[in-house]
Amino acid sequence: MSTIPIEPEGVLPSPAKPVPVVDAPSRPFFDGALAGRLMVRRCASCGTWMWPTGGIGMPLRPRCIACFSGDLEWAAASGRATLYSFVVMHQVYDPAFADDVPYNIAIVELEEGVRMMTNVVDCPNEELKIGMPLEVIFEQASDEVALPKFKPRVDE
Amino acid sequence: MTATTAIVGLGLTEMGKVYGRTITDFAGEAIALALEDAGLEKADLDGLLVNANSSSEMVPMLQLSLGLENLTLVNAMNSAGSTAGNMLQWATQAIDAGQATTVACVYADAPLREGGSASEGRYSGRRFSGDGLAGLSLAYGAYGPGNVGYALALRRHMHLFGTTHDQLGTIAVGQRKWALMNPRAQMRKPMTLDDYHASRWIVEPLHLFDCCLVSNGGVAVIVTSAERARDLKQPPVYLLGFGQAAPGDNQHVGSEPGVNTGAKRSGELALRMAGIELADVDVLELYDCYTYTVLVTLEDYGFCAKGEGGAFVEDGKLGPGGSLPTNTGGGQLSSYYMWGFTPLSEGVIQARGQGGERQLDKHDVVLVSGNGGVLNWHSTTVLSTGPAA
Repeated sequence: MSTIPIEPEGVLPSPAKPVPVVDAPSRPFFDGALAGRLMVRRCASCGTWMWPTGGIGMPLRPRCIACFSGDLEWAAASGRATLYSFVVMHQVYDPAFADDVPYNIAIVELEEGVRMMTNVVDCPNEELKIGMPLEVIFEQASDEVALPKFKPRVDE
Repeated sequence: MTATTAIVGLGLTEMGKVYGRTITDFAGEAIALALEDAGLEKADLDGLLVNANSSSEMVPMLQLSLGLENLTLVNAMNSAGSTAGNMLQWATQAIDAGQATTVACVYADAPLREGGSASEGRYSGRRFSGDGLAGLSLAYGAYGPGNVGYALALRRHMHLFGTTHDQLGTIAVGQRKWALMNPRAQMRKPMTLDDYHASRWIVEPLHLFDCCLVSNGGVAVIVTSAERARDLKQPPVYLLGFGQAAPGDNQHVGSEPGVNTGAKRSGELALRMAGIELADVDVLELYDCYTYTVLVTLEDYGFCAKGEGGAFVEDGKLGPGGSLPTNTGGGQLSSYYMWGFTPLSEGVIQARGQGGERQLDKHDVVLVSGNGGVLNWHSTTVLSTGPAA
């Protein structure tokens, strides 16, 4: 009998929640987060703001989503956002999340026009409402990584 | 328009929890069955289009594994769940241009392992873990990225239009009724709307029964010229129209990529090419990775207005005995999950009149959809029992 798995992507449970591994392209994002700044990308040519990548697992966007200029820069967003959509996860894929279910995963709209994935904190899942005002907070996940999350915002 | 090509062979392996076989083995059997079905031989093939997926075997090397020789068209194509329609389109264009005569299009996969759970495998999203920004999604707990993405899209639809779980459940229940008449279906237990509501949450607003199966197995079809098709064993299933559309998603405000999909443009292109209207469609085979995918595709094809999909399906018109028979083999929700080859295979079966207990009386025009990513890539194929509609 062969002991080689048919499914090489099959994985073993991890003991702790996964923490992003900071690499050179993502360092400005994570350095910003450690300093309390939400860094995204902005086109130096037309000023359009955008999420740094085109999807999970993809490299940094090389060009502006609007004018196709290759001149993009890191810029700090205000951190003010509204809730665009959210889901509540019940399935446990990783034992590290077993105590967290049901937990939310959200897409928020930054006031700069950018949509990003996050979690909403300091709000019971039952009280999540599309359109609700939010503001960024940073949750320390390791010495090197703080995760941008969002909490309800009370406008003054 | 008059069709220039036709599907003349269909091969389906055993589906579901079939263990101990390689993906290549499933692909080889599917092609062998499709050749036998058509009355053709290995040496007749001069084209091989492989539906690439997340496995390492659905690649051009498959040709060498299978010992296919003297091909003039070979490629592994990947636009995710929309690929099947795009393969048929390219096969047709190659045959029309004289670049190939007989093209096998194949899908196979084996993501299930004995004793394993689907949530531990390839669809868990864990292969994305790691460096840089890619690591963010798992840090947020966004495992099963397909489930999460479609749940986020469905939440928008519910928010904008008041779509309900009763309405989505009607789709799941209708497809289960079809599956009960399909000997190949993995799910053979009757399902009520109560069963649907009682099925556990995977990721709200998706219940377990909103989500498709995961299957091991393979499907192949053989495409050749319409002229040659008439001399072969099976009734030809003519390829009358194609469309594809990919609207894009820049994760920027002002768009609703999970609500307005490429099905609209893709459907318009395919219907125009076929020279038909929606009213001419007898059978619908819609990509159904989730119940929601069926609902949003019906809207974007124009069977009802945007936002009215829930009310449209609520009377059970998609199920057996309904006015718009849809996913007549049980689909990916209840039958088997072979990406775009699930709706395509059932479309071929219905067009040929070989659906047994579930065969529809009227089956001249079959509309087949493909959908990949989180509603990112769409394909549409019009099948017909005649060379012109």
